[in-house]
Amino acid sequence: MACFIVPAAEGIVTTVVSKSVKNKETEALKSEHGEIVERIPFSVKLSWLNKMLFGGAALLAFEHVWHGEVVPFFPFLSAMNDPAQMSQMLHEMGTVGVAMAGVITLVWGGMVAVTNAMQDAALKKLKPVKEENRR
Amino acid sequence: MTLLVSVFAAVFSTLIWYSNKRARELKCGMLCWLFWGASLMWFVDALFEYAELGADYFAPAAADMLNDFFLGLSVVALALIIWIVYLLIKDPDGVIKERLFVRKI
Repeated sequence: MACFIVPAAEGIVTTVVSKSVKNKETEALKSEHGEIVERIPFSVKLSWLNKMLFGGAALLAFEHVWHGEVVPFFPFLSAMNDPAQMSQMLHEMGTVGVAMAGVITLVWGGMVAVTNAMQDAALKKLKPVKEENRR
Repeated sequence: MTLLVSVFAAVFSTLIWYSNKRARELKCGMLCWLFWGASLMWFVDALFEYAELGADYFAPAAADMLNDFFLGLSVVALALIIWIVYLLIKDPDGVIKERLFVRKI
């Protein structure tokens, strides 16, 4: 009924976190060919989660419009007009919505773990670069 | 059916993203995130529905299937619109920026 709201709310939180860690310094390494290699910053990895959460929530919101559960007038959720339907909606948000957000976060966590392992394997042989050489 | 359409769209957009450099330049990755995000959410929704309906979940009425297929195609259309708007805003080739100004020599 309104399960997409939970992932969208998580998306707002992760967007704020992503903005706050964006300026964090990244570690630079030099390859044997002399090129400077940097890890993907954590803010970029967080943006993957943001895109999945907001993208999925947008498409699911459209499905809810399709089924008449989201309406273009206040209070925007048709279930809000009926107390019985409202409790059902809240239950659905607490079960399906939380599960959706959890599964997406789990999948993203798996992706980050795999990319970190791949980066570690690839960067193992590279030499650290001094700060003045990065520019 | 909507889940199936979304999964196929996710797989095809990921294949295009992986195999085509031009597609990556044109921000095709955005489509992948949209479709994979929606597919995961509909998958969870399908699991809850399966827990409720059991085997009946796999035997939908023809009218429901058709409606869900129509919905799936509409979702793909919406995702393509989101992607094209994102592409025009990001303007990786500078086409929009070029059109905004008249060059006089």
